[in-house]
Amino acid sequence: MKVVAKTANEAMAEAMRQINPDVVAAYPITPATEIVQIFSSFVHDGLVDTEFIAVESEHSAMSACIGAAAAGARVMTSTSSQGLALMDEVLYIAAALRLPIVICEINRALSAPINIHCDHSDTMNVRDSGWIQIYAEDSQEAYDSVIQAMKIAEEAFLPAMVTADGFILSHAMQRIDMLEDEEVQAFIGEHKSPYNLLDIDNPITIGPLDLQDYFFEHKRQEADAMMKAPKVIKKVADEFGQKFGRKYGLVEEYRLDDADYAIVVMGSTAGTAKDTVDLMREKGHKVGLLRIRVFRPFPAEEILNALKNVKVVGVMDRADGVNAFGGPVFMEVRAALYESEKKPDVYSFVYGLGGRDVKPVDIERVFQMIMEADKGKKIDRLNYIGVRE
Amino acid sequence: MEKEIIEIRWHGRGGQGAKTAALLFGEAALETGMYIQAFPEYGPERTGAPVSSYNRLSKKPIRIHSGIETPDIVLVLDPTLIGKVDVTAGLKENGVIIVNTKKSPSEMRKMLGVKDTIKVYTVDAYGIALDTIGKAIPNTPMLGSLIKATGILNFDHLLESVRKKLEVKFRGKGADIVDKNIQAIKKAYEETKGEE
Repeated sequence: MKVVAKTANEAMAEAMRQINPDVVAAYPITPATEIVQIFSSFVHDGLVDTEFIAVESEHSAMSACIGAAAAGARVMTSTSSQGLALMDEVLYIAAALRLPIVICEINRALSAPINIHCDHSDTMNVRDSGWIQIYAEDSQEAYDSVIQAMKIAEEAFLPAMVTADGFILSHAMQRIDMLEDEEVQAFIGEHKSPYNLLDIDNPITIGPLDLQDYFFEHKRQEADAMMKAPKVIKKVADEFGQKFGRKYGLVEEYRLDDADYAIVVMGSTAGTAKDTVDLMREKGHKVGLLRIRVFRPFPAEEILNALKNVKVVGVMDRADGVNAFGGPVFMEVRAALYESEKKPDVYSFVYGLGGRDVKPVDIERVFQMIMEADKGKKIDRLNYIGVRE
Repeated sequence: MEKEIIEIRWHGRGGQGAKTAALLFGEAALETGMYIQAFPEYGPERTGAPVSSYNRLSKKPIRIHSGIETPDIVLVLDPTLIGKVDVTAGLKENGVIIVNTKKSPSEMRKMLGVKDTIKVYTVDAYGIALDTIGKAIPNTPMLGSLIKATGILNFDHLLESVRKKLEVKFRGKGADIVDKNIQAIKKAYEETKGEE
């Protein structure tokens, strides 16, 4: 283990180097450009054995990843925002073909208006594509999660994306405890494909026409794999925690034990929110935080359990549902809590679109609003925080 | 918690190395066992346009990820920013501001109009950079001024750390440029003036 100063981009590129994938096909895009650029320098310098395919678009990047993974290779790529959106069509194919590809994703707003800064609209756009989604709170977690994701993807037989907030994490240097190369290799193990296109002794076809007779069965199997994925994710996280000391779960509870009021949040805002919870606790407010780390598969049971005793929940979404019932995380959290005995009130708070800074005072405002709601004040189901209107 | 974190804001112009200064300083602090953040503000930056970058330092892990609005320390890499950019915005009451200028600290205090509780330091970083590096690059000298004014890190440690980083950065461009930058830091450390 060595202590270094790295941005999330640098840390994720280092994780890719240590994983040493067989194939990386990528097209650079702000703010994830550095991941691809740094990794390509590793290829140039001979630090990895990777076949690097410089493609002409993200659609081609994911298509090349699919081909390589189908041929039995260990495959990774990186993208952000419009790049992920351009991959959309092929993301579904990667997932349904059950190809364990890993994307290092940097969260950035989708256009328009054109913007390069952080929100979660890009990954929310592909939340039902069949990919595992892990949202990192800081660069250390982004690094650790990329390493875990490779193992998770190969064991769950599903593709996985690890996301880190654009600029806030991708370009901010912080302290990172890096593992040794051998530790990473030993942890992820050798890549084994149960089948591959190049195995001429066992010829197979991947991706043929699949009509009324079997399409549904294959989709059902994909859903089943996703339902079984939480077990794999937890197992890999536990093994990582035991070996390297940093513990991760599907969700992270912070000062929730006796909390009456909770906010639910993903990504780097969770860190700022933890400091805010501490400040409010000092003032005597019984507040807590639930951070969703793994959004896909959706950890409904863990959320239900973590929030079963709170009175009011504010769900903070860094993406808007536009014409939906509320933000995307809000809708699923509220749906999960419908099964709770006490049925806490749940409100939606959309914040931070296009990189709008979120400060402790903004999070305090969310807590104030849900506390006032508990005292009988009527507040809107959907609220926009930190915006001029 | 928050009060255990030291926050620094660097003001410069695009191309002056405000981001590099924050990164070099962050890494030097990290090596002393501290937790750090170093990040630039990403706007529509262009060469010569006002830019800023930031550091957080703490003995404990830093969880906050919002922008820095109430810094403890401000560094101004270009004197012509004063009056154009609100360089003292949010500066804490007992904060420190260090300005690259030929002016004395008391003259600078008048220009800035800051409270008596704020400490003002000045250094002619352009002059020093021209003498040592041969180019008016103020970022490395300002690192020396930061240590002189605040004592926030051990000076020899900073020199050693920056030397190592610059040797990597200027790999293939000769040891000369590294030495000149180190000289600039030392000279700025010696010549940084505070008020008596």
